[in-house]
Amino acid sequence: MKFTLSLAQTAPKLGDLAHNLAEHLALIRSAAEQKADLIIFPELSLTGYNLQDLASTVSIKAVAEDAVFGKLLQASSSIDVIVGFVEEGPRQQQYISAAYLSKGQLVHIHRKVYLPTYGIFDERRYFAAGDSFRAFDTRFGRVGMLICEDFWHVSSPYALWMDGADLMYFISASPGRGVTDEVIGSAAWVENITRSYSGLFTTFVAHSNRVGFEDGLNFWGGSTVHDPDGKILLKAPYDDKSLTLATIDLNQLRRTRTRLPLLRDERPDLLVKELNRIQREKETK
Amino acid sequence: MEIDLSVNTDLVNNLLTRFIRSEITRTGYSKAVLGLSGGIDSALVAYLAVEALGAENVLCVRMPYKTSSQDSLDHAQLIIDELNVPSLTIPITEMADGLIDKYPDMSKMRKGNIMARCRMITLYDQSEAFKGLVLGTGNKTESLLGYSTIFGDAACAINPIGDLFKTQVRQLSRALKIPAPIVDKPPSADLWLGQTDEQELGFTYEEVDRLLYLIVDQRYSPLECIEEGFDKLFVDTVGERIRRNHYKRIMPPIAKISSRTAGSDFLYLRDWGT
Repeated sequence: MKFTLSLAQTAPKLGDLAHNLAEHLALIRSAAEQKADLIIFPELSLTGYNLQDLASTVSIKAVAEDAVFGKLLQASSSIDVIVGFVEEGPRQQQYISAAYLSKGQLVHIHRKVYLPTYGIFDERRYFAAGDSFRAFDTRFGRVGMLICEDFWHVSSPYALWMDGADLMYFISASPGRGVTDEVIGSAAWVENITRSYSGLFTTFVAHSNRVGFEDGLNFWGGSTVHDPDGKILLKAPYDDKSLTLATIDLNQLRRTRTRLPLLRDERPDLLVKELNRIQREKETK
Repeated sequence: MEIDLSVNTDLVNNLLTRFIRSEITRTGYSKAVLGLSGGIDSALVAYLAVEALGAENVLCVRMPYKTSSQDSLDHAQLIIDELNVPSLTIPITEMADGLIDKYPDMSKMRKGNIMARCRMITLYDQSEAFKGLVLGTGNKTESLLGYSTIFGDAACAINPIGDLFKTQVRQLSRALKIPAPIVDKPPSADLWLGQTDEQELGFTYEEVDRLLYLIVDQRYSPLECIEEGFDKLFVDTVGERIRRNHYKRIMPPIAKISSRTAGSDFLYLRDWGT
């Protein structure tokens, strides 16, 4: 089975929901016209990244009754949509969330678990952390979503792999650091790990990263799709806005996993046993 | 550790020109103003700005004082001619001397600060007249060492080269083919006759950049810097300069009284809404 996914590399206006929503709807239309089945927006695509005190004012509930979210749900009747936004939780906390929308319905929400709060990042100050990694079924296979720092922790995609994810969709607002080589240092790092995951987990890995500047920070784009062999299927341009498409051949999963049965031979029971032992030993120390 | 400050000049050039374009146009502007001293820092910013905005949108202003060297003026003119940008020459002697002449015993430092601030006033006036934002031309080395005048040459709307060490400014300037006389001459604030930065600072940029790179970029402790072969007095002097001049790198503290205060718990990016 084949389907077409598209990556929307956007540069959101910081804190301007109305503007960003309009841009989302236009890109969804454009991707649908190009026969894409799914469009993946970057982290916090509806709001911009470094929100600081804007975090609470741009947060929305992921329900059809919300004026902004409702429009996105409607738009998902044409193609599936992954959108990044600030989600208002049930008790007034804010999450950095990714929602998977399909046929006018909310299929799944992932709340960012790892909130970087060091160096240039200050997410924990403004956001509540999610507490789960769950794969979920879509009409194009079983999916796991992660948001930026989530996938810098190897345990996150591992958990999704064990939960059945054959397609990993990563969304980022990754600021560039490091200018000694031909590619921005943080870009090279992210490309390495997304490619490594695709090969090590023998899954498809799509990474959608934003572009543009926020104050001094630059977001480098360079969104990618890797197949289960670690082969690159799509590389969006660095730095510029773009909408790029890739055809995903889900049969590649069977071919790769027959050649390289890492998933078949994986021993999560062993891992659980050892992790339990390590935890026990920590507690008794 | 091997200390290598070199950067990929294509990558940096591309990043900085996009930064200038983005930060200027998102606020509804399309033009920039900068002071051209004849030195390498402002020359580099002029080159970047022209690439980002187009020559006709970059106003370069020469602001000599009566003691400024002819070389400085000539080198600034060389850049203006090379880039074919609109330019103005606005001498600051009269405005600076209006204050300086009132104090016959005024120190060199006070005079230098007055000159730097007269230039700031001139640039911000041209900013309004030309409808362009003021580009900063201070580099990371002088910012860390505090080798600048607060609200003077340090004043700007955006600064494209504030995260480049002086040696990196040189590397990028060579790559952009900025004329050799400007790249190769000894850096000088040109606030008085014969002044050079390195003489005044007591060390070369080459030396201090290597040390600053370890302290700031690589988070080396003073002891670790000494173990890397740097002289203890040099390490201590530079460390103290960084600390003592930090006030120049941040907004002034506001006495906290209310429940929300700019800078502490009323926090928004400058790019808010753009």
